[in-house]
Amino acid sequence: MPDLGTYAVPVLSAYGATIAIIALLVWASWRRGRKVRAELHALEGRRKDA
Amino acid sequence: MIALLIRDLRLAIRTGGGFGLGLAFFLIIAVLVPFGVGPDSAILGRIAPGILWVGALLSCLLSLDRIFALDFEDGSLDLLATAPIPLEGLVGVKAISHWLTTGLPLTLAAPVLGLLLSLPEEAYLWLIASLLIGTPALSFIGAFGASLTVGIKRGGLLLSLLVLPLYVPTLIFGAETIRRGAEGLSTTTPLIMLGAITLGTLAVLPFAAAAAIRVNLR
Amino acid sequence: MSFWEYANPKRFMALSSAALPWLTGLTALVLGVGLIWGFFFTPDDFRQGSTVKIIYIHVPSAFIAINAWLMMLVTSLVWLIRRHHVSVLAARAAAPIGLAMTAIGLITGAVWGQPMWGTWWEWDPRLTSFLILGLFYLGYIALWEAIDDADTAADLTSVLCIVGSVFAVLSRYAILFWNQGLHQGASLSMDREENVHDVFAYPLWTCIIGFVLLFITLVLLRTRTEIRARRVKALISRERMA
Repeated sequence: MPDLGTYAVPVLSAYGATIAIIALLVWASWRRGRKVRAELHALEGRRKDA
Repeated sequence: MIALLIRDLRLAIRTGGGFGLGLAFFLIIAVLVPFGVGPDSAILGRIAPGILWVGALLSCLLSLDRIFALDFEDGSLDLLATAPIPLEGLVGVKAISHWLTTGLPLTLAAPVLGLLLSLPEEAYLWLIASLLIGTPALSFIGAFGASLTVGIKRGGLLLSLLVLPLYVPTLIFGAETIRRGAEGLSTTTPLIMLGAITLGTLAVLPFAAAAAIRVNLR
Repeated sequence: MSFWEYANPKRFMALSSAALPWLTGLTALVLGVGLIWGFFFTPDDFRQGSTVKIIYIHVPSAFIAINAWLMMLVTSLVWLIRRHHVSVLAARAAAPIGLAMTAIGLITGAVWGQPMWGTWWEWDPRLTSFLILGLFYLGYIALWEAIDDADTAADLTSVLCIVGSVFAVLSRYAILFWNQGLHQGASLSMDREENVHDVFAYPLWTCIIGFVLLFITLVLLRTRTEIRARRVKALISRERMA
């Protein structure tokens, strides 16, 4: 851990906020991707059965 | 096209909707601000240009969704779209009638409200000039926004979200003109820029709006 | 074979599915190296102290925030001219990323500005323009969400994107004018090109490349989702018809 001196709070909070936002974005993109893919597979499976 | 303009004006006045409402809203904003800021006339005089412009802008916003929504609902927009006048012209007429029923009355009422907000004397000429030049841009940008949201139920809030960022340049140059006028500086540059924005929106946005309406009527 | 081959959804899906794992790995690698290099192995600036480390996330996110809109403009134009669905869906996929990057840029800027300028927020031209850019992203996303019919939504958002681009540039210059009216040319923003020393520049470039890779990966992932979502919608409506 580097010595951040007096500015430890701003630096760490900036990195923290960035990582949180990016993680949220990636997680939301990934989750919606999975949901839609499952939906599509279900639909296409049904069509083949019919 | 003139017949259409007269029809729109008649509708606007008879149904009473946007015509009085925008003005009343403008009045209320100008009355409420001193309560929030305090009665110090020096402070009020300083912020009056900004308040008047923001007030005019918000009052304009109120009646925007009426530009096309009513005609879209009762189907007359479909008829107008197939009429022998170009759709771009129709948009222009709609925007002009919106301006005549909101922008123009607002401009005329603004000096009275300027008194309430103790606007410096030198600024009145620039207040009227900047509103007269700037408000048509508000109507034309608004008509574009209304054409995007015409097919959406209860699109009023979305319309404001779309239109407000587009209003930024007009607002900046408009308020800047009055501020400079109040301080006795040269107002030529912001006034020319304001005129340029108005003329630019007048020339270009009817085409974009007409394209959006065609998509919406498809 | 022409570039437009990839506008075919099937080809796009095949290519992106092959490329995604590699891109994900590469993104993690470059971004990891850049951020760790920047955070742990760079010296402090003699004036800014350790807050200079914020530059490694602030500048790349701002870079992406602006260029994501540019990419949306190009893909919207491609959609309007050539009617390739993948193109407009990529624009839709990019918008939330752009919004997130704008937010990161603003937040990291505020956190940096607080100790350096003594204020969280300053109506500086750059900051103000960024706030407006964020509003444009919001409006664009909201319009997509509000319209049911996919093609109508695609057309209208594309028109909005183009008009918005013109007004965004216009706002940028209007804001410059407005602020100079207040501050007579006094600018708080630092001149990055001249100030940044090599010690900071190399990790910064690594981070920028990392953010670009992250953007590409996410756009591909989200575009794939949008294409599938669209197919789901089409299948459902076909079932209703039958």
